[in-house]
Amino acid sequence: MVSPRTAEAIKHVIEETERHGLLAIEGIRKEFPGVVALDNVQLRVRRGTVHALMGENGAGKSTLMKIIAGIYQPDAGEIRLRGELVTLKSPLDALEQGIAMIHQELALMNWMTVAENIWIRREPKNRFGLIDHGRMAEMTADLFARLRIKLDPRAQVSELTVAQKQMVEIARAVSYDSSILIMDEPTSALTDREVEGLFSIIRDLRERGIGIVYITHKMNELFEIADEFTVFRDGKYVGSHLSTDVNRDDIIRMMVGRDITDMFPKIECPIGEVILEVRNLTIPGVFHDISFSLRRGEILGLAGLVGSKRSNVAEAIFGVTPATSGEILVNGTAVTIGSPSAAMAQGFAFLTEDRKETGCFLSLNCLENIQSALITRSHVKGGFVDQSTVTKLAEDMARQLRVKTPNLYETVENLSGGNQQKLLIARWLLTKPRILILDEPTRGIDVGAKSEIHRLITGLAAEGVAVLMISSELPEVLGMSDRIVVMHEGRVSGVLDRADATQVKIMDLAAR
Amino acid sequence: MNTITQPVPQLQQTRRRVPPELTILLVLVGISLTFEILGWILQGQSFLGNTQRLSIMILQVSVIGIIAIGVTQVIISDGIDLSSGSIVGATAMIAMSLAQVGTFERALYPGLTDLPVIVPVLAGLLVGVVCGAINGLLIAYSRIPPFIATLGMMVTARGFAKWYTKGQPISFPTDSFAAIGKGLAPVLIFLIVAAIMHVVLRYTRYGKFTYAIGANKQAARVSGIDVERHTVKVYAVAGLLSALAGIVVASRGLTAQAGMGTSYELDAIAMAVIGGVSLSGGRGSILGTMIGMVIFGVIISGFTFLRLDAYYQEMLKGIIIVAAVVADVYRQRKRVKTA
Repeated sequence: MVSPRTAEAIKHVIEETERHGLLAIEGIRKEFPGVVALDNVQLRVRRGTVHALMGENGAGKSTLMKIIAGIYQPDAGEIRLRGELVTLKSPLDALEQGIAMIHQELALMNWMTVAENIWIRREPKNRFGLIDHGRMAEMTADLFARLRIKLDPRAQVSELTVAQKQMVEIARAVSYDSSILIMDEPTSALTDREVEGLFSIIRDLRERGIGIVYITHKMNELFEIADEFTVFRDGKYVGSHLSTDVNRDDIIRMMVGRDITDMFPKIECPIGEVILEVRNLTIPGVFHDISFSLRRGEILGLAGLVGSKRSNVAEAIFGVTPATSGEILVNGTAVTIGSPSAAMAQGFAFLTEDRKETGCFLSLNCLENIQSALITRSHVKGGFVDQSTVTKLAEDMARQLRVKTPNLYETVENLSGGNQQKLLIARWLLTKPRILILDEPTRGIDVGAKSEIHRLITGLAAEGVAVLMISSELPEVLGMSDRIVVMHEGRVSGVLDRADATQVKIMDLAAR
Repeated sequence: MNTITQPVPQLQQTRRRVPPELTILLVLVGISLTFEILGWILQGQSFLGNTQRLSIMILQVSVIGIIAIGVTQVIISDGIDLSSGSIVGATAMIAMSLAQVGTFERALYPGLTDLPVIVPVLAGLLVGVVCGAINGLLIAYSRIPPFIATLGMMVTARGFAKWYTKGQPISFPTDSFAAIGKGLAPVLIFLIVAAIMHVVLRYTRYGKFTYAIGANKQAARVSGIDVERHTVKVYAVAGLLSALAGIVVASRGLTAQAGMGTSYELDAIAMAVIGGVSLSGGRGSILGTMIGMVIFGVIISGFTFLRLDAYYQEMLKGIIIVAAVVADVYRQRKRVKTA
């Protein structure tokens, strides 16, 4: 029996919820020293929907998510949860009010079990006040059964794949009875198959009435999983629409505020003689019998699913982990490349896949980042760097690549992903490479910077540089490459010419 | 949508892992057998057969073992404690100064003699907790690396111990204070401490938080753990156990000197590391440290048994510690590769 007053209160909550949605954010402003990260932005998330939050890097998406997750405090504006004004003082506070964030850098404790990770701080206890591990495993199993996740509660987190770790995070969020789930680029490290698994769970959560805020760079994901979306640009709110009401171009226009007519500005340029030939390159158990050739002025795409060992091939060619058998020929002569410096001596340059881990020196400044490869080979006399010449070269290169930074003495961690990537490209271009290996050159960077980098790559090819480009984005591979080598589980499964390559053909070869 | 048609990535039945303690136990057995065989060849007698030698060995290591228990939880939380040896010295001095008999006319505090045993013990433990808590506060709130904070405490506490009597030793404890370290009492104290800490680390929230912070500090914070407060606790407990060791050492020696406990911190860290406690945090157990402690003891006593020069012993000790860390790093690298 519900008292009239309670009934009234419930009705009020329902009305408020309908008026504002599950989560309503209004007029949020956040300033950091020197920058306005968010200026009067809004976001409304309804019950049982997936709401995509889009925008270029630096648009303020992550800042807003951190505010919603209680990590940052806004300078102005209000957050309403089910119509009620709330303040979110800490991540824990947000979690207890029903807002959970699945972090891009996964926030789990390795070496502890799945169950321990989920119930930390809330462990069930037996009558002696000690933690009841059996009960904890049961609670986890129940939770997993509800979410249809198949994982052993007693497995150690360090032994899980990225996808499985994500599921543990999702389960943890659900275990707090969260009504809002924030996912920051959840698919960035997943295989297609794993993405499907994740999407099933997301759809399932949506059915349960949970509101999901989904940050992504990938346009096709937006159309596949999101019901609505909101676009931010330069810390400002641009607009919100149902995802069925718009197309890809509309969204890109909203994000960059201009038309990008040609995302992949491929210029046909003359292709010269063979400069690199790889014959039967093998590392047993990793990849086998990799053979292909690369010509001057050619862009050779290297496609394949995650796990096809494309990056390992690139690392072998550049001497990071040399192949155990097989031949590498440069200009028709067999060469031995036992280390990156040997590769550089042959005119190779290698932009690695993971900008933060193997690319940038995050705590050093732009100049130091740009010059690092150059000064291993030249511009050093008696141990002293010829700093004035190097600085001039670096400045010219940075200007040419349009790196956005106040000056070259800015610490690189303060730069956006796109600018960091440009710096790394600048680093390698200073070494005047003849063969440029690019591993995911545009991963995780915004649309504008992406097309600039594409333009740059085709420009280099036009100057006669041979480019080997690994990319997981099919449109990028198709748009940029003259030829495409497709790999599947450590073997070349096919080579396609630009003329007859299609997404279907590539996927066919890559997935087998 | 009620059923998932898409395949959900699934974990194969988790293979039961070999507990790391078992590997370390096998190492212990291997080392012991080596000494046994060498003993028969070189000395014509059994190494393991001599129970007296073994009990002396256990007695020797259990005092440092008490410290190693505290250090184990510090290292699991991704910290390090270099101050334990100096805390031993400082607490030995404080405790002994309050434990002197009245019949000794040059007592440090003539008015404070023949006190009940609880007074010097509590005073000593208090010194340890305070030193440990200062370590923890510095590390947690001023964000000094643990190495530096505890290095500072190491020098300061040792200086304090020397200043306390201007370098003079303190002797003549009451009988009840002297009883603390008598006979096999240190072994018993060690076993009790180890048992309690084993349960605490495995079955209480304190333990879970310690592992969580060591495994991923950021994740621990996001999970709502007050990382700073817990860090203070962990170092305070380490200080407490160092103090306990200090009291036992003073009691057993019937005297306290400022230099007591010198380099104990390194031996304690070595025991933990040999026992599989990872210097990068998040992994290790009391059982492992206990086995590490016995390995440490067996090696020392084995070298003495083989009449090896004491200088060789020290050099070999150093090599063994580094080997244990190399083994840990190697284990981690292997894990990363297979993951």
